[in-house]
Amino acid sequence: MSRDLYDLLDLLAAVAFILALKGLSSPRTARRGNLIGAGGALLATVIVFFYADTPDSLPLNNLGPILAAIAVGTLIGVPAARRVQMTQMPQLVALFNGVGGGAAALVAIVEYLKLGATASIAVLIATIFTVVVGSVSFSGSIVTFLKLQELMTTRPVIFPGGRFVIAATLASIVGVSIWVVVSGGTMPLLILGLLSLLFGVLFVLPVGGADVPIVISLLNAFTGLTVAASGYVLEATLLIVAGTLVGASGTILTRLMAAAMGRSIFGILFGAFTAKPIDAASDGVARPVKSGTAEDVAILLNYAQRVVFVPGFGLAVAQAQHTVRELADLLTAKGIDVAYGIHPVAGRMPGHMNVLLAEANVPYEQLAEMEEVNPTFAQTDVALVIGANDVVNPAAKTSPGAPIYGMPILEVASAANVIFLKRSMRPGFAGIENELLYDPKTTLLFGDAKASLTAVVSALKAL
Amino acid sequence: MSDLIALVSIFVLAVFIGFEVVSKVSTTLHTPLMSGANAIHGVILVGAIIVADHSKTTLELVLSLVAIVLATINMVGGFVVTDRMLEMFKGKKK
Repeated sequence: MSRDLYDLLDLLAAVAFILALKGLSSPRTARRGNLIGAGGALLATVIVFFYADTPDSLPLNNLGPILAAIAVGTLIGVPAARRVQMTQMPQLVALFNGVGGGAAALVAIVEYLKLGATASIAVLIATIFTVVVGSVSFSGSIVTFLKLQELMTTRPVIFPGGRFVIAATLASIVGVSIWVVVSGGTMPLLILGLLSLLFGVLFVLPVGGADVPIVISLLNAFTGLTVAASGYVLEATLLIVAGTLVGASGTILTRLMAAAMGRSIFGILFGAFTAKPIDAASDGVARPVKSGTAEDVAILLNYAQRVVFVPGFGLAVAQAQHTVRELADLLTAKGIDVAYGIHPVAGRMPGHMNVLLAEANVPYEQLAEMEEVNPTFAQTDVALVIGANDVVNPAAKTSPGAPIYGMPILEVASAANVIFLKRSMRPGFAGIENELLYDPKTTLLFGDAKASLTAVVSALKAL
Repeated sequence: MSDLIALVSIFVLAVFIGFEVVSKVSTTLHTPLMSGANAIHGVILVGAIIVADHSKTTLELVLSLVAIVLATINMVGGFVVTDRMLEMFKGKKK
């Protein structure tokens, strides 16, 4: 294949990526957009095997191991993507992003080993950028994975002098980068990689659980930029285009997500160092709450005229989507007005709850976004909060200094009655107490969301 | 136009396209869009294959093969999981 043909086909792949992102921005075209993107990626991968600088350089060196490595990656990636529960998807995306960043860093290291002292300053800088940001993205994504999988605490991790350790690590990264440029040796680059891995961990540790998705999006944009930089090192235009597209769109997406949560990106990354941690759960006295039975809840629902369901991650974990739908159908049959109030970040990521409810075939017309549903709570008789906590927590409006302060919430407190279906008094993912639980108009029904809903459904049928 | 300037031009134009294409996306689609964009940067696989082809030493080859495995997971897994997510949105407009 000639260079010109190769470049033209690469251009085609680049156009496919642009169309993919464009398509993914609208519900009607999203799936097609993703397939177009996959097609572009496949095209770009296949043509590498057929392009030759000189006629005798085909087939590629190490062709067997290359194909085997692709097979291994596919055998790991496809089953992981197919089997993951929809509730665990955010962590999988974080992992996929992390390995992408790791791959970019490795590519830059190998190219550096080969070029050695012959690399130009511009190439060296691009290499350093790729190694640093790729490694940060890799280790940072692993930490976000551990947080989302709840293999480690979801609260911000702060240790004494943390910000000085971070500053010192960052200063060392800059110092070692200069060392790499001056000496051109292998050892400094490896040290740089290790320092960057450390920085990635330190950078994500102070981020609270609820903000983790925004960090994933930010790291996603970072990985895009590393791919663009390695494209410059390898003189591969497609990598520059694809990486830059992801870097730019990822930056915008990160800002949109942060806006949806009423947070600034700066506040998310550094807020834990400046805000005073409030230990709401620390007063140690168990305050009285009003807990009810499934029958009490059924009676409240039966005499309501309007009911709003507020689904949260707990609903998804209990796989209670179908039972909620059964309850909603039952109420609708009684002439009660039913809606679902969907917080933009209900679940673990923006839009996550929509994916989960779509999985349960909940009618799309009943899903109301936060801005639509908030003004209607005053006319709502019962707000039924199912496995959600942070997204209805009034602390977001009333407690400056709370990790979620400033996040728009679903104002269920304006409804005449609030029912929480919860497993325990344990606070939500953000790790803060919810005052609404102690409100006189709140009833709590403890238990697994699915079991509780099933009991409510039977009680309602028995009335 | 020198090569460097040509590549920088491509970079700058791509930044604007990237900003433009996602500027008006609804929150419903944030998750799939992030996942889809994530899959696209898996195209680093192309770079990993190129460095594997050029590898002269065992160390270079081993590192580039690891890069290929990681990049493939990113790319293939990313597109598959995005498709699974989007599949659930289909047919909701009746």
